[in-house]
Amino acid sequence: MIFHAFLIKYAEIAIKGKNRYMFEDALVKQMRIALSKVEGEFEVKKEQGRVYVFCPEVYDFDEAVEALQKVFGIVGICPVVIYEDNGFDKMCEDVVSYMKNRYPDFSGSFKVYTRRAKKSYPIPSMEVSAKLGGAILDAFPEASVDVHEPDMTLSVEIRDKIYVYSETIKGPGGMPVGTNGKAMLLLSGGIDSPVAGYMIAKRGVKIDAVYFHAPPYTSERAKQKVVDLAKLVAKYSGPIRLHIVNFTDIQLYIYDKCPHEELTIIMRRYMMRIAEHFAKETGCLGMITGESIGQVASQTLHSLAATNEVCTLPVYRPVIGFDKQEIVEISKKIDTFETSILPFEDCCTIFVAKHPVTKPNLKVIHRSETKLEEKIEELMEEALKTTEVIEIS
Amino acid sequence: MEAYFDNSATTKCYEAVREIVCKTMTEDYGNPSAMHRKGVEAEQYIKNAKASIARLMKVNEKEILFTSGGTESDNLALIGGAAANKRKGNHIITTAVEHPAVGQPVEYLESLGFEVTILPVDERGVVSLEALEKALRPDTILVSTMYVNNEVGSVMPIEKIAKLVHEKSPKALYHVDAIQAFGKYRIYPKKLGIDLLSVSGHKIHGPKGVGFLYINEKARIEPQILGGGQQGGMRSGTDNVPGIAGLGVAAEEIYRNFDANVEHMYQLKEHMAEGLSQIENVKINGMELREGAPQILSVSFMGIRSEVLLHTLEDREIYVSAGSACSSHKRKASGTLTAMGLSAEQKESTVRFSFCEENTFEEADYCLEVLREVVPVLRRYSRR
Repeated sequence: MIFHAFLIKYAEIAIKGKNRYMFEDALVKQMRIALSKVEGEFEVKKEQGRVYVFCPEVYDFDEAVEALQKVFGIVGICPVVIYEDNGFDKMCEDVVSYMKNRYPDFSGSFKVYTRRAKKSYPIPSMEVSAKLGGAILDAFPEASVDVHEPDMTLSVEIRDKIYVYSETIKGPGGMPVGTNGKAMLLLSGGIDSPVAGYMIAKRGVKIDAVYFHAPPYTSERAKQKVVDLAKLVAKYSGPIRLHIVNFTDIQLYIYDKCPHEELTIIMRRYMMRIAEHFAKETGCLGMITGESIGQVASQTLHSLAATNEVCTLPVYRPVIGFDKQEIVEISKKIDTFETSILPFEDCCTIFVAKHPVTKPNLKVIHRSETKLEEKIEELMEEALKTTEVIEIS
Repeated sequence: MEAYFDNSATTKCYEAVREIVCKTMTEDYGNPSAMHRKGVEAEQYIKNAKASIARLMKVNEKEILFTSGGTESDNLALIGGAAANKRKGNHIITTAVEHPAVGQPVEYLESLGFEVTILPVDERGVVSLEALEKALRPDTILVSTMYVNNEVGSVMPIEKIAKLVHEKSPKALYHVDAIQAFGKYRIYPKKLGIDLLSVSGHKIHGPKGVGFLYINEKARIEPQILGGGQQGGMRSGTDNVPGIAGLGVAAEEIYRNFDANVEHMYQLKEHMAEGLSQIENVKINGMELREGAPQILSVSFMGIRSEVLLHTLEDREIYVSAGSACSSHKRKASGTLTAMGLSAEQKESTVRFSFCEENTFEEADYCLEVLREVVPVLRRYSRR
């Protein structure tokens, strides 16, 4: 069966009042971005309180649905068949042929729901529903009508043409990206941070990202892996500006000056400082990390407090209460898992101590950081200056 | 300055190879199986390549079978050889230092029910003849060893192995993976007693995706790729004319200044080894310099992870390969280095320099200079 359009359903409760326009505009924009990657010219239109996608004559249905299923804010996707309006008798014929095509041996219960967007249509909605129901019953003697809990609802929308649909494909939910500001994701090569980015993007937040690169200790391939992960997240979040910071010199300087067991914590404090610099520079309202309590030494409550202390922007940690397995499940769902587990060294692990501190004492950390006073400002500036920015889409 | 010392991974194409590949793709692009003139023209390139290789190795043209490269040649020799000879026996012998292109097919054959003996090597990476002698049985149908080891450049005693194999296991085929040896050693399979021999194009400045398998006219193997019956039904699929033509030219070219080129590589290797001996705590793996292959120098820089050294050198446009691929997630130690009995620490810090005749002493000096500079720094920053 060829579908000519998709009717897009979105969560209406969240979009009362003035917000509605902003919400719908953002949704339309994200849908256009998503569909631009599918072959063919799709037209996304806001029409009388509905969002429609009009499909080209020839297109890949599965691919189009898959693209739409990645657009946050969409609750349901209804494939629509459009018929010309050639009088009511023809409409009855068309609806019956839709049914025969779509449900050849239909024997369950159904109801017909009619909506007249074109109020000038001569027959009232209820009457249209009743008559179409009758026509269907004539064609499918085994079928029955149930207006309360039908197996199938056949929706008919009367516009300048007749729109018929009966199925809703589940969308990802959430809110359209761009309706809730922007945040900076600290993206490592691991499993957790892409998931964290996805979860925040789902609430309508636009994402930018920062990655810490430590050549020659981490390879070109490790960097490529992060670019690939950003591309996968961008399928949901839309375009991402990825900042790639060369962190080697800072890391080696900390290694030279500070106690080894504090290396990771101090390093992460500097990562947060740099991430916040870019966040503020680009108008982000928060930062996102993939931290989960107790997963590693640097993610105990003590350690999180120690890294959190250096920034003033709020830090969002959407997987904070998740077990590893729960995070893995989401990463598989969003297709980042396979990439995340590619075996390249990341900059957090290269100099990791055998017994890193798990309950860092802030006073001690502050004292250790004073040992960096001589050169750290200069190194930070150099790192900011040499940061490479890649536009991911 | 760029110093490409990863020629055992792949080489740069000769100019003459590029030309003929280009010509056969854009001008003489016919399908050699076609009946018209365009087909005959294309077929001529294959005949020429075959003639070149046969002449250089002193074998018959019909004993050369073109493949997609070293891996396919090895797979065909082992799986095809075992399949054709399974009625004669069930025993296969190979070594602990083979490339996965041999190791994996052997594992596969084992899973099919063949009995497999894996021969150990000594600390230089050379297979033990005593162990071979003990392993050979009347029902041995296949023996596969490499000629030159790809990781440390050790050279196997091919002629002695062949002699032992044919004496003690008259039914056995002897397969040699000569992918790192062709163009460095003059190989005459008939004189040496080799039945099957694998060669790859891109290791000798030819194109990637092409190679050949020498199959002695008396040896029987079963084809693994079936279809249109090209190459006498031994390997179907439209002939890779550009690849084969390029391979033929590469073989001709590499034999052109054979001895001078080999000598040049030995001198480069010695020069590097000499320079490295002035850096503290550096170990050279494998055979004595002149006993091993001319192009391969395996070196352990103790206390530095090979991957880190590789990336450091890469930053200075020096390209080498790491002896063992490892990372924090997955540690896969090198098979050869493990079989040679190296410590974990040494394995983790091993890199391979591999040369070609186009490398210069200036490049080697540049590399040594960089090493003298970076090795002490890298040693300072390590996991404590």
